[in-house]
Amino acid sequence: MITAKVNHQQEVLEAVIIRFVGDSGDGMQLTGTQFSDTSAMFGNDIATFPNYPAEIRAPQGSLYGVSGFQVHIGSVEISTPGDSVDLLVAMNPAGLKTNLQAVKPGHTIIVDTDSFTKKNLVKAQYESNPLEDGSLENYRVIEVSMTSLTKETLKDVSGLDNKSITRSKNMFALGMVYWMYDRSTEHTVEFFNKKFKSKPELIEANTKVLNAGFYFAETLELIPNSYTIAPAKMLTGTYRIIMGNTATAWGLLAAAEKSGLDLFLGSYPITPATDILHELVKHKHFGVKAFQAEDEIAGITSAIGASFAGDLAITTTSGPGLALKGEALGLAMMIELPLVVVNVQRGGPSTGLPTKTEQSDLLQSLYGRNGESPVIVIAASTPANCFDYAYEAAKLTLEHMTPVILLTDGYIANGSAPWKIQSVDDMPEIKNNIVSEANENWHPYNRNEDTLARNWAIPGTAGLEHRVGGLEKDRVSGNVSYVPENHEYMIKIRSEKIKRLQNYIPKLTTEFAESGDLLVIGWGGTYGSLHSAVKQLNEAGYSTIGFAHFNYINPLPKNTEAVLKQFKKIVVCELNNGQFAKVLKMNFDGLNLSQFNKVQGLPFGNSELTEKFKQLVN
Amino acid sequence: METTVVKEYTFKDFTSDQEVRWCPGCDDYVILRAMQKALPKMGVKREDVVFVSGIGCSSRFPYYIDSYGIHSIHGRAPGIASGVKLANPNLSVWVITGDGDALAIGGNHFIHVLRRNIDLNIILFNNEIYGLTKGQFSPTSLVGQKTKSSPYGNTQPPFSPGELAIGAQARFFARIGGNTPKEMTQLFIEAEKFKGTSLIEILQNCPIFNDGCFTQYTSKAVREDKQLNVEHGKPMIFGKEQDKGLVLNGLKLEVVTIGENGITENDILVHDAKEQDTTLHQMLVRLQYPMVTGIIRSFDDATLEEREDALTAEVKANSKFTKTDDLFFSGGTYKVE
Repeated sequence: MITAKVNHQQEVLEAVIIRFVGDSGDGMQLTGTQFSDTSAMFGNDIATFPNYPAEIRAPQGSLYGVSGFQVHIGSVEISTPGDSVDLLVAMNPAGLKTNLQAVKPGHTIIVDTDSFTKKNLVKAQYESNPLEDGSLENYRVIEVSMTSLTKETLKDVSGLDNKSITRSKNMFALGMVYWMYDRSTEHTVEFFNKKFKSKPELIEANTKVLNAGFYFAETLELIPNSYTIAPAKMLTGTYRIIMGNTATAWGLLAAAEKSGLDLFLGSYPITPATDILHELVKHKHFGVKAFQAEDEIAGITSAIGASFAGDLAITTTSGPGLALKGEALGLAMMIELPLVVVNVQRGGPSTGLPTKTEQSDLLQSLYGRNGESPVIVIAASTPANCFDYAYEAAKLTLEHMTPVILLTDGYIANGSAPWKIQSVDDMPEIKNNIVSEANENWHPYNRNEDTLARNWAIPGTAGLEHRVGGLEKDRVSGNVSYVPENHEYMIKIRSEKIKRLQNYIPKLTTEFAESGDLLVIGWGGTYGSLHSAVKQLNEAGYSTIGFAHFNYINPLPKNTEAVLKQFKKIVVCELNNGQFAKVLKMNFDGLNLSQFNKVQGLPFGNSELTEKFKQLVN
Repeated sequence: METTVVKEYTFKDFTSDQEVRWCPGCDDYVILRAMQKALPKMGVKREDVVFVSGIGCSSRFPYYIDSYGIHSIHGRAPGIASGVKLANPNLSVWVITGDGDALAIGGNHFIHVLRRNIDLNIILFNNEIYGLTKGQFSPTSLVGQKTKSSPYGNTQPPFSPGELAIGAQARFFARIGGNTPKEMTQLFIEAEKFKGTSLIEILQNCPIFNDGCFTQYTSKAVREDKQLNVEHGKPMIFGKEQDKGLVLNGLKLEVVTIGENGITENDILVHDAKEQDTTLHQMLVRLQYPMVTGIIRSFDDATLEEREDALTAEVKANSKFTKTDDLFFSGGTYKVE
């Protein structure tokens, strides 16, 4: 473990963006995660984003096999993983080639020169060696023969094969970056001790290489100074770094515990939602029943069955899976059972861009079913608040007896950020509509007068035997009814039930300005990008730009129109072709509304947003 | 084991107040009544019974039974029933389905529910036709069969439900004619007793769109000569005179007459429903003459719930987590002060 730093000039920075890139097998995700965890523990605010190929083991050295991990750390509030990077660590030519455009001119690139062989250069489609042909002269390039130095470091450690030796070179890079940013290696050494408990030679090897990298950077004259980033001002409490998908899974676990119900997950593997299934299957100790079904349809239908039988039922999916679940979701809405559908949006249509992010399932979520079949639609907006909105989805579905679609997306689902841990004890109460005893006037479609939620009578309860189904039902008994007036009444009441939710959800608020020239509107996973762009403009004197971000989409918050009308112009920013803008136009007349859309499978960049907003207010 | 006192029920306790709306003369009435008579004899409480159906004529069934029920969507009853059972393994869960529902639109769920062996009972009403949509060929319709969607004759070869089911690892498969209520009642009770997924194929006549589809096997006049009702541990003998039986000839089953060519009862194959190997069961399922009815396969195996329960108990015993707080505050946490 190394913590001391001596005799070096330090420059204080507010924030820095670092990207680690290499082959799929180079351990870049691990390197990035270690750096972000260490920084978070140091007290920095962080946001991370992994970026890896759809191919699991792409050919070594190829351009499309590059795996990357970006981390943004700061002493100030960090809300996105950032756009262009201050430091690029490239473990091979392909990584350099595919990521060079992201490096800010004049900033630093560390390369493993040992990997710049003729063969690798050809694979990366370089005609000449970029380290020699002058093409990198606008950057500060630090050339390190990392592979040889790693081998040299480990020459005396016994019990290691060649592969383990070369594979630990990522720790050399990490050690260097730790020194550069004044970080202790403590957390990572602890990590080795835990991870390689039964393989002491790997603990020794990795620790040695990590330290070697650290000392190498310290003595290297090519690195003139190191940087320091002070801890950020964050609310006091206990934190951990959490990925959006994990936060979603944990929010559901918390809701199950709070509500006293068992958690049932019916799911089918699909990118990028599968990590929620991976997380929930681990938690049998909490009584979680996670059922990997034969297809998306069985995923949701098994959840509907579990809900009928009294579990808190969940199904998780991504875009194409939601399409497959449509009919069954209509059934859940019709029989008015609690059900949470988590849709981790990805690039569409069809198979689209499975590993990339997009917000293009909004209209599918709102309308993608036959007949008049409204459901609650809410959206999480940061990796950490996936926890809160998953919890909220469960709470709403149990209290209002209608399915809830929770939208997240690939960007926040795979991204990670500090999460101030919330104890279940401090979470809001979750009521339910379970009836446990028969009384004379009991009917399955008796409703709560305020919420319009129907009774939830669970098999095993004597005297409450009843049948439900997809056919239209009588407004009281739930028996099949073809009576025309009854059908219209039921259509209206199922819709009214959603509308009534407006009395239970928070009002829409704005940040930076309550009225003014321009209201920037977003929803879901774009919060970080939009928030930081408006904040930046606000700090630069653009005080008439406000920002409103939606987490509740169906129904919209009650005061939406009133908030919107406080601004001369509105710009709705979405990673789709304008779906939420359509929803707003449909609901409210006379809005001076423009759109800013991006559909490239990528999040918004900071400068494209600020330029657009400036243009709109000037 | 906890002993529960189950009240004495009659078929009336399982009859709902809903008017039954099948066509006059439909075998579905027979099946419904057989079920209403079987349920009181199963030793299960009414509130613990759940019927789940898909879409089709047969799928109206749950409305007519006074228990818990879901009339769901086309082909998806096995998924819903699986969820019900996994959520509460104490329930007696029944899937009501038809040949179109189970073998066409729900084919994927049908094979997978059998493979998993969840303790469910599936009643497959096979009438070799789509009834509710008014007469199109189904996945069990015969080649050449003229229907509304095959006016010149069906060109799609059929599934044999039993063959498909056993191929999909069904542990329990039985078949019965739709006009034998007493035997049917008994079969339903056997299906409930079996731990695992039990599948019963009912050869059900559709008097409107496919009248007489099974008459050649099921009519009273020919039944005894054309059907072989197998029983575990008993020789496979049939015929009005109880003089016909099955023997293995090479790799094929052959019908022989006892008393002819030196054949005695001892030469006749004895039915072993509990055998794990499916070879003979598949041969029995495929026979056209005689049409084999009764419990053809009843192989005891662990259910999915049992496997899951064992795993859960093991995980719980070894876990340090009892509340979510234990998980949330474990591992790589840090304090901001």
